[in-house]
Amino acid sequence: MPFIPHTEDDTKDMLEVIGAPDLDALFDEIPADLLIDSLDGVPPGLNEMQITRLMHDRAARDGAPLCFIGAGAYEHHIPQAVWDIATRGEYYSAYTPYQAEASQGTLQTIYEYQTMITELTGLEVSNASLYDGASGLAEAALMTVRSNRRNKSGRILLAPGVNPTYEKVATVIAGSQGITFERLPVNSVSGNAAASLDVDESPVAVVIQQPSFVGTLEEVDRLTNWAHERGALVVAVVNPTSLALLKAPGHWGEEGADIAIGEGQPLGVPLSSGGPYFGFMTCKQKQVRQMPGRIVGRTSDLEGEPGFTLTLQAREQHIRRSKATSNICTNQGLMVTAATIYMSLLGYDGLRQVALRSYESTARLTDGLTAIKGVDRMFEGPHFHEVALRLDRPVAPVLEALAERDILGGYDLSIACPELGNALLVCATETKTDADIDLYVAALKDILTEENRRSA
Amino acid sequence: MSELPGDLLYTSDHEWLRREDDGNVTIGVTDHAQAALGDLVYVELPEVGQDVEIGGDMAVVESVKAASDVYSPIDGTVVAVNEDLADDPERANADPYGDGWIVTVQPSGDIDESALLTPNAYQELLDEEEV
Repeated sequence: MPFIPHTEDDTKDMLEVIGAPDLDALFDEIPADLLIDSLDGVPPGLNEMQITRLMHDRAARDGAPLCFIGAGAYEHHIPQAVWDIATRGEYYSAYTPYQAEASQGTLQTIYEYQTMITELTGLEVSNASLYDGASGLAEAALMTVRSNRRNKSGRILLAPGVNPTYEKVATVIAGSQGITFERLPVNSVSGNAAASLDVDESPVAVVIQQPSFVGTLEEVDRLTNWAHERGALVVAVVNPTSLALLKAPGHWGEEGADIAIGEGQPLGVPLSSGGPYFGFMTCKQKQVRQMPGRIVGRTSDLEGEPGFTLTLQAREQHIRRSKATSNICTNQGLMVTAATIYMSLLGYDGLRQVALRSYESTARLTDGLTAIKGVDRMFEGPHFHEVALRLDRPVAPVLEALAERDILGGYDLSIACPELGNALLVCATETKTDADIDLYVAALKDILTEENRRSA
Repeated sequence: MSELPGDLLYTSDHEWLRREDDGNVTIGVTDHAQAALGDLVYVELPEVGQDVEIGGDMAVVESVKAASDVYSPIDGTVVAVNEDLADDPERANADPYGDGWIVTVQPSGDIDESALLTPNAYQELLDEEEV
């Protein structure tokens, strides 16, 4: 099926007008030695029937295991209405709203999203979203360097609980621009930042994740004040569901965090093997001109009627080019639409219920699992909906054994954080019933005692 | 026909300079520049105390359709910025050579006037650009 509407005659006519002999001539400035004839290793195309069959067979291998994995992406119940509405043609195909008069629906949806996210994070302005939480950290890092011009160190300190994958992504994106990321010292009992935080040189910014990657709750007020006292900006990396229970970044410490970013997936976006997700970013009004991404503003038209439009576009690449705040020229429109509908349907009370039920499920799961010999909590202190557990043996084989019973037991921390030893991060959201939790506990007990018996 | 005061010096990037009695230099953008940009919505000012280099980035003037860099015409240190532009950037449109001044710089050495344009030379540049 052709995706280009021109007929051969159309193409011939256009070539005649511009005086080109054929389509290849339009690419003749590409050196001949860079051209290829074929794509080796790419098999011939399949027709619709064949590909449908192939994908069906592949999909059947997925199964439907019980998922207790968190670590940055969380399984929450998505009301049916969210995707019923989001997949309507008007939303599903709407994209770049550069032509304001033809995009009022999209623009208003994004404006509502921006409003909700600023309220949730306790800050003043939001952009129209970024790709994901990880690239959000990179953008925030670059933003702090631009905003905090007095500090030329390029040094950004990360609290111990910042997601290690986010750090890797931020290093790849921002590392070649003279920005270095270092970790604050850790208190191994709490899993959080150490009591004593001596640094030689003041950093540009301090990044604090709440809840932390290992499920603990960080002392956000102390760290925020510590950073501000040293002239550093504060970047908060937060879970949106948790904000229905925890203090919003805008209220951290005396002055509040300066920038908040995070992964928006928990708000109505399915896990779908890692994506698409979306990153949210909010900040204080005084930083708005340094914020990357699109921003939708509310205004009035020539007749005085309310309307919406992209605003502050002079920050963006298509106007400012190499001096733009970022080269992002998109936003995760569809995911943001879904998130906005999700937040509207749940409301503040609904989101709070999801958060509370998730916390309770995790507490119940933790109690059940730590009652098993060989399983202990890794860190003291409160948690939200994830807890790091120490096992008395390597984690990977245990997870394999659980997987055979159709249970995805958690995230193997011993890979990402080898200093923690045999550590497993478990998560139970509101989707896990008491029966699900009992099943996991019984299965793990079985697996650990069976192994004990075998090796005895 | 844009306004062109005879007591100022100019640059090919459409900035003007005025030497003050105390040796400092006040800088802004010309009438031609403000007309080309359209109504300014924002001016990004440098920090007082910041060092600037000849030809280096010093400020940014932003209208709805463009954001233009303002380069320093001399080497020196920023001693004053026009804070009024924060609330009222359109001053630079209404009165580009007066209330719309942007930065005052203390030169770090002698100013190389051969690198700058007299009013006549700047006018010639404008005439050429219009052709």
